[in-house]
Amino acid sequence: MHELSIAQSLLGIVLQEASRHGVSRVTKVAVKIGALASVVPSSLTFSFDLVKEGTVAAEAVLEIEQVPAMGVCHACAAEMDMSGLVAACPACGSKDIELSSGQELYVDHIEAE
Amino acid sequence: MADIEVGRNILEANQSMADQFRQRFAAQGIKVLNLISSPGAGKTSVLEKTLTRLGGRLNCAVIEGDIQTDEDAQRVAACGVPAVQIQTQGACHLDGPMIGEALEALDLEGLELLIIENVGNLVCPVDFDLGEDMKVAVLSVTEGDDKPAKYPALFRAAGVLLVNKIDLLPYIDCDLERIHDTCRTLNPQQKVFDISCRTGEGLKEWVAWLESWVKG
Repeated sequence: MHELSIAQSLLGIVLQEASRHGVSRVTKVAVKIGALASVVPSSLTFSFDLVKEGTVAAEAVLEIEQVPAMGVCHACAAEMDMSGLVAACPACGSKDIELSSGQELYVDHIEAE
Repeated sequence: MADIEVGRNILEANQSMADQFRQRFAAQGIKVLNLISSPGAGKTSVLEKTLTRLGGRLNCAVIEGDIQTDEDAQRVAACGVPAVQIQTQGACHLDGPMIGEALEALDLEGLELLIIENVGNLVCPVDFDLGEDMKVAVLSVTEGDDKPAKYPALFRAAGVLLVNKIDLLPYIDCDLERIHDTCRTLNPQQKVFDISCRTGEGLKEWVAWLESWVKG
């Protein structure tokens, strides 16, 4: 259940940005969460709704974009789905593959009035 | 109506503390391990056996994370190694502020190896950098050979995997090769040691590797 601590960190960033830009009401918070980041979107939404109460983000809708787990082959530059277990590049068979996305956990933008 | 570009890591506060710890550890020549497993895999037993076998050849200290009790810190202290217990009061992982507090209570002078034993949990601790040089995963064979595939984040991130309780292999349905294969797929560079804290098998090799890693 670490979504609650993630929601608290997220709210901290949103409140800092709101204050820095002098806005009084945050309407949307857009985050990007990688498929491999071990964060459950519904739990994060539930936790964010709890912690945002009584702040300028109280009415903010949390928009979560899930970033797929992708990999890249260093031998042939092919891109591949890394959501399952991938032992070798499906294009050339090389084992020299690296995760290129899927571990994201960041605030992309917020909308405010 | 304003659209504000943010582009900030949600865990940036934790990350910045971890970065500071890492710089401090490097400046003082301290190697740091973050020990992660499910509850009951044998993290504390691994610590006891490792510290005993090191026999004071390395200057060590331990930070123990548990939800409740200081039993683990007492077990480690009984090996003659300074140990600080963090009781997370329900939190499922250790984070930067907890490590910061524990470091206040430790004398880092002359320390060569600091081992942080995380809260027993295969998921949450992986997301929180503590400033360690390496994550060490402990998996006991009784948990099942499917666990690395089901909880890939830890087994991908860990530089070392200790497969514990191998003395029980004759009595259970666990395919050790499947654990090895899955982990090799997730992290081809990972060092793997099959061990038993009960019989001592494999511990000599692990401790020898650890000693040379710390001194290297």
